[in-house]
Amino acid sequence: MRGEPIKHGLIQALLILNAFVMLYPLFVMVMSAFKSNAEIFASPFALPESFAFTNASRMWSETSFILYLLNSLIVTAAAIAAIVVFGTMAAYAIARYPFRLSSAAFMFFLAGLMVPLKLAIIPLFIQLDSLGLIDTRLGLILVYTAMGLPSSVFILTGFLRTLPGELEESARIEGASELRIMLQVMLPLARPAMVIAAIQNAVPIWNDFFFPLVFISSDRLKTLPQGLTVFMGEYNTDWGVLFAGLTLAALPITLVYIALSRQFIAGLTQGAGK
Amino acid sequence: MVQALPEVTNCLATPSRRWRLGAWIALLLAPGLAIMTVFVAAPLLSSFRYAFYEFHGVLPSAFIGFANFHDILFDSTYAVSTWRALAHNAIVFASLMIVQNGLAYLIAFALLKALPGHRLHQVIIFLPVMLSAVIVGFLWKLFFHPLFGLVNAALALVGIQGLPWLGTESTALGAIIFTNAWHWVGFPALIFLAGMQRISRETIEAARIDGASDTVLMTRIIWPLVAPSATIVVILTFIGSFNWFELPYIMAGATGSPGGATDVLGLFFYRTAFGSASSGLQDFGHGSALAVLMFLFIAIVSALALRVLRAREIET
Repeated sequence: MRGEPIKHGLIQALLILNAFVMLYPLFVMVMSAFKSNAEIFASPFALPESFAFTNASRMWSETSFILYLLNSLIVTAAAIAAIVVFGTMAAYAIARYPFRLSSAAFMFFLAGLMVPLKLAIIPLFIQLDSLGLIDTRLGLILVYTAMGLPSSVFILTGFLRTLPGELEESARIEGASELRIMLQVMLPLARPAMVIAAIQNAVPIWNDFFFPLVFISSDRLKTLPQGLTVFMGEYNTDWGVLFAGLTLAALPITLVYIALSRQFIAGLTQGAGK
Repeated sequence: MVQALPEVTNCLATPSRRWRLGAWIALLLAPGLAIMTVFVAAPLLSSFRYAFYEFHGVLPSAFIGFANFHDILFDSTYAVSTWRALAHNAIVFASLMIVQNGLAYLIAFALLKALPGHRLHQVIIFLPVMLSAVIVGFLWKLFFHPLFGLVNAALALVGIQGLPWLGTESTALGAIIFTNAWHWVGFPALIFLAGMQRISRETIEAARIDGASDTVLMTRIIWPLVAPSATIVVILTFIGSFNWFELPYIMAGATGSPGGATDVLGLFFYRTAFGSASSGLQDFGHGSALAVLMFLFIAIVSALALRVLRAREIET
């Protein structure tokens, strides 16, 4: 036991070193966003001479950054809404009503968990092309919805099955319609599971690059990660602006993560356990 | 799987109510099933079919049997890239298992001690996991820049002459693997930590009283008990390594520069299917065959690995 304090000190030191390795690159990214090229090249480790938003305002006025950000917001929000609403509806039917094809429907959704949809990109491309959905936000939204439904049906079915039948039954005796029972009695109880399903899908959709790369070609429809590649090419020699772009692109999800870190970590690591 | 809910069955007394309930269930299921059918089931079935066709643009033109598969595996125009890319994917998997997941295990063990700040540390190591591979890839591409990058500037401070890491054939893949490890290490670390926290306190206390050192604890006591977490980490790393695309695409481009030193199956598939800067040609036939081969390879190896790893879990 005598060695414990020393050993703990050593482990703590290593953890602090690790935290530094994880955070310092992001710190440099943010600091460089305030620097001019000359400053970045001459003194990469120094703090910026001033915290002026020159680079950020150039991004704002000279590039389509805002447009990319809006596209990402629209696509992610619409896909998550569809995943949670349609996923909850299907899960509710599977979990709360005994019908003949219930387990078949459940298996059909679950099979989607095993399929890496990215490898089906060619038939998806042809499918979207035949529906006139190539180079549209709706096409992306529908593909993301299909990608997210299996996990949300899985999580919500599991959760809805655990709810006691008494509540439902007493509402039914009082003559409430099935719709009212679902919306007013059962679903308010399922909110935690809906949050998990939303978070688990929101992060990969927000960050996705592959589907927009293949499906979206108009500049005005590009999402943030995709727009970033356009912009990194254009400002290739202007490192201050590049770092400002990376910082601004990382900012939205970082802020949400800091506010809700516990839910994010739980949502994403639980998703892996399936 | 479906437990009978007697309270519902009671309501099914009359045929018309029964019919209405059936319509209600169908309504609940319809949107989800429709989207899954159109955007998952149908494309997936077609992808197996398309692999046997020659394509003109986006239209399958002629059934050609296994010719696409043969080209991908044996014809020199494709096969050279296929096998080289596969070898690179294998290197990526092995390196990530050792560097990223090994480090993750050590971090999890250190965090298990619940020293001051351990919760904050979890939040910190998970922060990069939140960021898009596009952001992380560009950031480290700038850091690895031979003249102005942070990496070489830091090495110069300690008197080491830096390299053009991403421009040198022998170091480019390693630099991207390093970036991947930085990006993702928090994920396996927190999966391992969750596994370790499920081990009962008594088990660990008992081992300590018997005089087990940290090394023994970590390798003999905890390691077998976190086998389920290890299974998840190995399978996810395997799938991730063989689907690797975004990070090498951002850091090395679609051709896996320099000189194909960082070419992996994901990049080769993308170039084959959708064309690259050098050849703007779409080739959906060969692309589909490659996708089917990758899918089968990943599915079969994961299924086998899962069996072996699950058996190991039960043994211990």
